[in-house]
Amino acid sequence: MSAVLVFAAPELPLGTSGKYVAAAYIVVLALILAYVAIMAVRAQRLERDLDELRRDVEAARAAQDANRETESVL
Amino acid sequence: MPSTTYGKGLRGLALATLITMTAALVLVFFYAPLDQTQGFVQKIFYVHVPLAIISLVGFVFGGVLAIGYLRTGDRKWDMRSYVAIHMGLIFGIGGLITGSIWAKASWGHWWVWNEPTLVSFLIVLLLFATYQPLRFSIEDPERQSRYASVFAIVGGAFVPLNYIAVQAATAYVHPRVLTLTSANLPPSMGLTFVVSLLAFALLYVTLWKYEMAAKNARSQVRRLRRTLLGDDLARPAGRSAAPL
Repeated sequence: MSAVLVFAAPELPLGTSGKYVAAAYIVVLALILAYVAIMAVRAQRLERDLDELRRDVEAARAAQDANRETESVL
Repeated sequence: MPSTTYGKGLRGLALATLITMTAALVLVFFYAPLDQTQGFVQKIFYVHVPLAIISLVGFVFGGVLAIGYLRTGDRKWDMRSYVAIHMGLIFGIGGLITGSIWAKASWGHWWVWNEPTLVSFLIVLLLFATYQPLRFSIEDPERQSRYASVFAIVGGAFVPLNYIAVQAATAYVHPRVLTLTSANLPPSMGLTFVVSLLAFALLYVTLWKYEMAAKNARSQVRRLRRTLLGDDLARPAGRSAAPL
């Protein structure tokens, strides 16, 4: 669909300034992509932290259960 | 902060941004007429000017949010102000680079030092570029937030003053297409510019909310970890200029 739109679009009068216009728009796109990439790395780190936290919670819960069992035996 | 959900409505906002951005690109390349004097290179105007405007608005927004911190002492205002300025810097760098590319295509130079608009924008950008090192240099979180807020308010107030000073300057090399009272654009170019400005404004708001949601989630994970393990056992937060 997008390919059809691109081919159906009228030709742009690029001339000699076409490379400068392309460069400006590529810079904006690159900035947005770089930002999204950095945020994706941070999201991965957050996921790791959450996993670690979940493990800590499970370990704490297991320790609590073990304590309770020991107390009931005594 | 725990009660605030910044991710709410983010999907709809991102979709609106995508649609507006696509509409802006279509209008720029297939609707707006070619400028008679500048030709095709004028198309840079539709990204350069919105980026610069949103960047400056972002700095002022950061200052306004910082007032919230000084009034309430609630660190969520500081974080909001930090993210607003951070986003403003990113948009500002985009505006500076695209402006430089336009200058090279139009004037034959990447940078012109005797042009007040360019130099004043660079001064504002460099001023706000010192915001993060300032935060970074202060260890105590309370002092860090207070000093950063004062900086954000003073810097934010400097932006409109700087704009007025540039308007009052006499040397005009930079094209004066937009002023506070008028826009010297034909209607089709004006519409394209407004849609483009709206697209970048939406992008700013989306990214601001996205980063706030990420920082909020990270802050909550750290708080839970501290609650669970105690302050001593919790892994120390890495040295960061960002408020958490």
